[in-house]
Amino acid sequence: MHFKGKGHKVGDHIDTDAIIPARYLVTTDPEELGRNCMSGLEEGWVSRVSRGDILLGGKNFGCGSSREHAPIAILGAGIPVVIAHSFARIFYRNGFNMGLILMEVGDEIKKLGDGDELEVKALEGKIINHTTGDTVDSLPVPEFMADILAKGGLINYVRERVA
Amino acid sequence: MGKNLAEKILQKHSPEEVKKPGQIIPCRVSLVLANDITAPLAVDSFRKMQAPRVFDADKIALVCDHFTPNKDIASAEQVQKVRLFAREMNITHYYEGGNVGVEHALLPELGLVGPGDVVVGADSHTCTYGGLGAFATGMGSTDIAAAMALGETWFKIPETIRVNMNGSLDEFPTSKDLILNLIGRIKVDGALYRALEFAGETLAELDAEARMTMANMAIEAGGKAGLFPVDQVTLDYCREHGRLGDDFLEPDQQAGYCMQVDMQVSGMPPQVACPHLPDKVAGVDDLQEIKVDQVVLGSCTNGRISDLRQAAQILKDRKVDKNVRLIVLPATPKIFAQALEEGLLEIFLKAGGIIGPPTCGPCLGGHMGILASGETCLATTNRNFKGRMGSLESKVYLGSPYVAAATAIAGRIIHPARV
Repeated sequence: MHFKGKGHKVGDHIDTDAIIPARYLVTTDPEELGRNCMSGLEEGWVSRVSRGDILLGGKNFGCGSSREHAPIAILGAGIPVVIAHSFARIFYRNGFNMGLILMEVGDEIKKLGDGDELEVKALEGKIINHTTGDTVDSLPVPEFMADILAKGGLINYVRERVA
Repeated sequence: MGKNLAEKILQKHSPEEVKKPGQIIPCRVSLVLANDITAPLAVDSFRKMQAPRVFDADKIALVCDHFTPNKDIASAEQVQKVRLFAREMNITHYYEGGNVGVEHALLPELGLVGPGDVVVGADSHTCTYGGLGAFATGMGSTDIAAAMALGETWFKIPETIRVNMNGSLDEFPTSKDLILNLIGRIKVDGALYRALEFAGETLAELDAEARMTMANMAIEAGGKAGLFPVDQVTLDYCREHGRLGDDFLEPDQQAGYCMQVDMQVSGMPPQVACPHLPDKVAGVDDLQEIKVDQVVLGSCTNGRISDLRQAAQILKDRKVDKNVRLIVLPATPKIFAQALEEGLLEIFLKAGGIIGPPTCGPCLGGHMGILASGETCLATTNRNFKGRMGSLESKVYLGSPYVAAATAIAGRIIHPARV
């Protein structure tokens, strides 16, 4: 739950077709989806990402379709955390279910720039920008969702219930 | 305090007392839906959950409508995976071949969704059923797998925006124009985490199909649901489609809303959403001359019989511009048959249109009408994100069936009264 990496900034209203275009939805393989992450924004976008880097979104990140392939593609690209002004509702749920860390920070997103070296303490909701020296706090995760996370995610939660 | 529509419906399905927005409740589901793109992931998650069987084989719908008829080997194998799962679990409502239609047109037609239901679907346009007074919303595949196993899910009670529509629609504007206008006003995140509830005197002019078109695009404003009250129009539609036993549903007098939006619909011109977001909306006459290479008539938004009738009214005895491909996709086999019987397909064919099978196809850039770099399309679909229908260098405009038909004839985006 402790991450360090370079921030990669994208704009407002990044939709799921930008994150992973529909033509790649003929597979559910994380590696393959990861290779095409953000190719609906720019072909070859993912080549700038090193494993452990952090995605910085604007408003309404992940709007559009319900495809769970979107958080899987981001994870498959080696990105463990997305920090954004705000998230679209379905994407937010999907991210948690897939184990992608999502941090909502509102206007504070302005303190995190493209290429900045970032450190994320997910459980504490703290983001440290080592390039600028700024610190950003994320909004707390709803209690119920934190519970599901603590149980090891939705899959484990259901597995316990049906056992 | 009284309850709005979302709170009333959720209360009916939850053991906990619904008190206020933001509260998280467990909720029984009436129907669980997935398609050929999202079901394979749901099947994977379902296996990992080690659930021995689905909660109710009659309350799950698996609709293979996105890349079907299978566009390539990979999509055929995805459908195969869904088919095998459906057989193993004895799923009653599995649709793939000659019985498949675009999911959100198909399920209402089969009477599988209706007033007071809670429907969750691994497809963002599941909100369509709000047109019939169901609390229906999209989720990801793993949430859907959980609902398939448990027959329940969890919801945060959304705040509700009440949309009051007053006045009377002119000749050519439709419910598509109303929802585009609303999205243009409140923007693509205007209803984020919220429900939309439609009200006002204009409701009386909107039939059930028109209401589903509006509810369908609630997600384009970020909405969790788009809800219509249940009146005689709804009940007649349900009865016609074999669903009995429903009752009227209205919000309480003192219900709580986070916001009210008033729309005066009289005099509103047909609306068009410009690239690359559904909220970049303008009146059709306010656009500069925009030439198009393709027009798509279909989808879960506007592929129903009333939509085809509207387009045919404009296209009758006319020709599609020689530089335009008009692609018509009736949303279900029943709509296809009805369009054939009513002579609509003949009108499209004689005009030079291409008629394809029921499929989501081009709407999401899947197949059957992909755009090349530099091409422009006007579609009756719901999203015009960059690259949505093909090349990242292509453009999609969104409009009503009337505007689509007129545009196909003129070769440029045009008011239906001007062709």
